Amino acid sequence: MTAKIKPAQGSPYARILGVGGYRPTRVVPNEEILKHIDSSDEWIRSRSGIATRHWAGPEETVAEMTLEAAGKAVANAGIAASQVDAVIISTVSHFKQTPAIATEIADRMGAGKAAAFDINAGCAGFGYGLTLAKGLIVEGSARYVLVVGAERLSDLTDLTDRSTAFLFGDGAGAVIVGPSDEPGIGPSVWGSEGDKRDVITQTVPWSGYRVGDVSQLPLGEDGSLKFPALRQEGQTVFRWAVFEMAKVAQQALDAAGVAAEDLDVFIPHQANMRIIDSMVKTLKLPEHVTVARDVETTGNTSAASIPLAMERLLATGKAKSGDTALVIGFGAGLVYAATVVTLP
Amino acid sequence: MAATQEEIVSGLAEIVNEIAGIPTEDVKPEKSFTDDLDVDSLSMVEVVVAAEEKFGVKIPDDDVKNLKTVGDATDYILKHQS
Repeated sequence: MTAKIKPAQGSPYARILGVGGYRPTRVVPNEEILKHIDSSDEWIRSRSGIATRHWAGPEETVAEMTLEAAGKAVANAGIAASQVDAVIISTVSHFKQTPAIATEIADRMGAGKAAAFDINAGCAGFGYGLTLAKGLIVEGSARYVLVVGAERLSDLTDLTDRSTAFLFGDGAGAVIVGPSDEPGIGPSVWGSEGDKRDVITQTVPWSGYRVGDVSQLPLGEDGSLKFPALRQEGQTVFRWAVFEMAKVAQQALDAAGVAAEDLDVFIPHQANMRIIDSMVKTLKLPEHVTVARDVETTGNTSAASIPLAMERLLATGKAKSGDTALVIGFGAGLVYAATVVTLP
Repeated sequence: MAATQEEIVSGLAEIVNEIAGIPTEDVKPEKSFTDDLDVDSLSMVEVVVAAEEKFGVKIPDDDVKNLKTVGDATDYILKHQS
């Protein structure tokens, strides 16, 4: 017989309750990047808007940065770590795939036996994690969910690639998502365009190192084996990011029933200032909307960029709790995720 | 209706003016986007997308790198406009 199954009891809605970030202590100015590439501070700034970025030291691992950010997010949310019952971590730069780093975080932060898993959604990782968290809370499988984007992209940076050497930074950004009586996270407009999977990629798969066919692997000028790095087709990414992602951002606004006039804050993935500027123009955002421009001093930290920028806007008073913000992440896959949220 | 060569050059001049702030009268067929008109590789993408909309053409990324001068872009649009 088919037994009647009792479903979980979820919350009517979910919202972001707290945010926290960690930026490595070492600040790397463009001058340091220029030791390895033939370029200039002016060129880097004009093409990317980046002046400095943070690069992690040996002690600032993905796990340590995540714990710092998670601790701040938990405190900011006003809950106890033990109340977190699911941990979702998006990262592409934690180089031990098994077990998922989320389990270590759940244990060390004091979240006990929380469900814990990693996701790989590149620079859309935060939006993907947020979408999952919202679903878990509304469906009833979790009450408080930690969502983290954490990256050490300096480990995946080819210092001799003049088109990307200056782009990437390290850091971790975390939010606690929890139950709410009012909608605090709008519908997610998310997806992938796998036909563009070669546009942003790791140069070689890890399995290449196992096979040991040196002809397939990247070599330095001295013939030594190089670590894989991220590479991208800049113009193609720019075109997609500015024009296709502006459409996705608009769809997220429409889906949430929020007009551009009613928006307080715009927090796009901090990929490049030129992308941010062009998106703002294409979206025709009103003057009063505060735009996150954290990329200038943080670089592109992939999945960490949106929560890091969110935390800084709130900490500096440029945005305030209760503000309505449009967030959109986009990157390797290609993947994207946009939604409208109430700021914690 | 297809645009004439003259209309395309003046249309591109308006686009370059909007994106790079170069006076329209300086945008001539022999001018190089990057060397003469302050249009870098990222601005070029914006010029291309604006030109696509204005003239109803598709300019794939692989073709963009061949469009060095205003004249190159004009010829491309003339040939490909529907």
